[in-house]
Amino acid sequence: MSQTKTKDHAALAGAFIKDEERVDWHDGALWYIREKRDIAAKQIPEWEQLREAASNIKSNVISNLHEYLLQFEANLIKNGITVHWADSAEEHNEIVYSILKAKEINQMVKSKSMLTEECHLNEYLEERGIEVINSDLGEYIQQIDNEPPSHIVLPCIHKRKEEIGELFHEHLGTEKGLSDPTLLTRVARKHLRNIFLTRRGALTGVNFAVAETGEYVVCTNEGNADMGAHLSEVQIASMGLEKLIPQKKHLGIFLRLLARSATGQPITIYSSHFKKPRKGQEMHLILVDAGRTRQLGRKDFRDSLKCIKCGSCMNTCPVYRKSGGLSYHNTISGPIGAILAPNLDMKRHADLPFASTLCGSCSNVCPVKINIHDQLYKWRQVIVKEGYAANTKALGMKTMAWTFSSPVRITKVGEAGRWFLQNIPFVLNNKFNPWFKQRDMPEGPKESFTEWFIKNENKKP
Amino acid sequence: MTTREKILDAVLKNQPATTTLPDTSVFEGDSNELVQKYMDVFKTIGGSCVLVKDIAAIKTFITVNFDTAKRIVTTLPEPGDSFELISDNVDPHSYDDVELALIKAHFSVAENGAVWLTEEVMGQRIIPYICQHLAVIVRAESIVPTMHEAYKKIGEGDYGFGGFIGGPSKTADIEQALVLGAHGPLSMTVFIIE
Repeated sequence: MSQTKTKDHAALAGAFIKDEERVDWHDGALWYIREKRDIAAKQIPEWEQLREAASNIKSNVISNLHEYLLQFEANLIKNGITVHWADSAEEHNEIVYSILKAKEINQMVKSKSMLTEECHLNEYLEERGIEVINSDLGEYIQQIDNEPPSHIVLPCIHKRKEEIGELFHEHLGTEKGLSDPTLLTRVARKHLRNIFLTRRGALTGVNFAVAETGEYVVCTNEGNADMGAHLSEVQIASMGLEKLIPQKKHLGIFLRLLARSATGQPITIYSSHFKKPRKGQEMHLILVDAGRTRQLGRKDFRDSLKCIKCGSCMNTCPVYRKSGGLSYHNTISGPIGAILAPNLDMKRHADLPFASTLCGSCSNVCPVKINIHDQLYKWRQVIVKEGYAANTKALGMKTMAWTFSSPVRITKVGEAGRWFLQNIPFVLNNKFNPWFKQRDMPEGPKESFTEWFIKNENKKP
Repeated sequence: MTTREKILDAVLKNQPATTTLPDTSVFEGDSNELVQKYMDVFKTIGGSCVLVKDIAAIKTFITVNFDTAKRIVTTLPEPGDSFELISDNVDPHSYDDVELALIKAHFSVAENGAVWLTEEVMGQRIIPYICQHLAVIVRAESIVPTMHEAYKKIGEGDYGFGGFIGGPSKTADIEQALVLGAHGPLSMTVFIIE
């Protein structure tokens, strides 16, 4: 993935929506998942209490993170797992490299980990002669297409099966034109099984880490994390500091919420609890900060660290569904990505909090009750104040503030707007007005409300 | 200052005032008709469920429904005479050609169909993931209603590795089309002993 961003969300979304048929399909596919989530949630009468409890547990984690980190570290060591701390993406990558290097491993298999995507680990290792293969099918497809995942749970949801068939034809030698999902999956299964069997090093992400016991849980549907881990000599887990939960019994709450929120399944097929290395195996865990402690210090935004990466805010978001994950130019896309990204680089991601209608649907489905839409609104204020808003946006807001601050000005501007719409609409209906894209401007009303009111007030008997 | 100290310092400086943990003991599942509930859920997630009287019935079922010419492994001593006993002393890679693995679960969960296994009942950690087909035995009286009861049952848990498995491996990464058999087993059968 390129580090330098050339286009903003609006421009990238503009390119995505050119293919109307694809946009409609993408929109429908994600909405279908949102509906499955609703069906699953409604089967649990205590769903809302579970969300409340999960949110409160995560609040407790955020407010006692120091203590839980120490407890977790001590228990990991007791369990025979080597603990590493990384302040930045670079430090994380260096640690992974040094672990592999010490065992002379030059090929690694990796299950889904958004953190390592965020750190650009694959590129870092490949530059140093270590090959990495992503084993989650969606991530594998994105890797062979040299694209980052467009969704944290469904990495290639923006691709059509014919495009995937073409990639398989090119990289795995399947017959040209083959696009049947079952047949393509069988080919990938066979190819990746050989990868699992021959890789001495395996890296996984972490869904939940239990401070009380020093174990961590990895959730997959494909079984790829387990295939890699249990066949490896060296097993590495990378986790952000915020993945901690206090006690093991809390897993009951989070595992009930996670898959139902993500895909509408009652639980992911595999929820694997790693506690101690296998006989003859080495286990390493890397605790990564990379901006998380900075976010912890931001009063208005720290609750974003509660996220359990279910992706439900993406599936429900009208902007995400119609613009595609890649238009967010950040590893975590969608509403949650738009409140996490400005913390990482405010200038680069200044456009993301504006890529929202603030409808609040994201906050309503979030299993840990993050006030996502409030935070999007607050980030906008911070970004404008810090001078990172796009010029047109900043100018528009200033003009708006100037106009609305005077009753005379707002009356005059209203009159002018109506006159233009009625008499010379092409002044507003042109490509220089972003609101005219894919829309017609409305017909201008004959009179303003004030004019109407004065007229009708006088008609009273 | 080491990275560890630097991170811990930043956490301490930036974390807000302590909030308390919620009471989670209020969450309790309904323990009526657990076998029926379990079977219904497990079928919807793509698994097969068979009610049996004893181990002998399981052995018969396997002989009829699976290719016994291929490699069948188990951790149970009873059917061990015709199936291969799993050894914890061999290279896990050597189980790559296993057609069917028959193992026993500690218990299963009615609300989501998952069985709870630790490495002790897996024989080896890789077994339930590397086999082409997975068969798991569950005692009817061990089924719990929800994940809350499941973790009560697990407690601290004296294991190096444990996992919930809720059905055959699956993916819907290609156009959201559901395909059973991603990297793990193509099918999962649960035998419930009444």
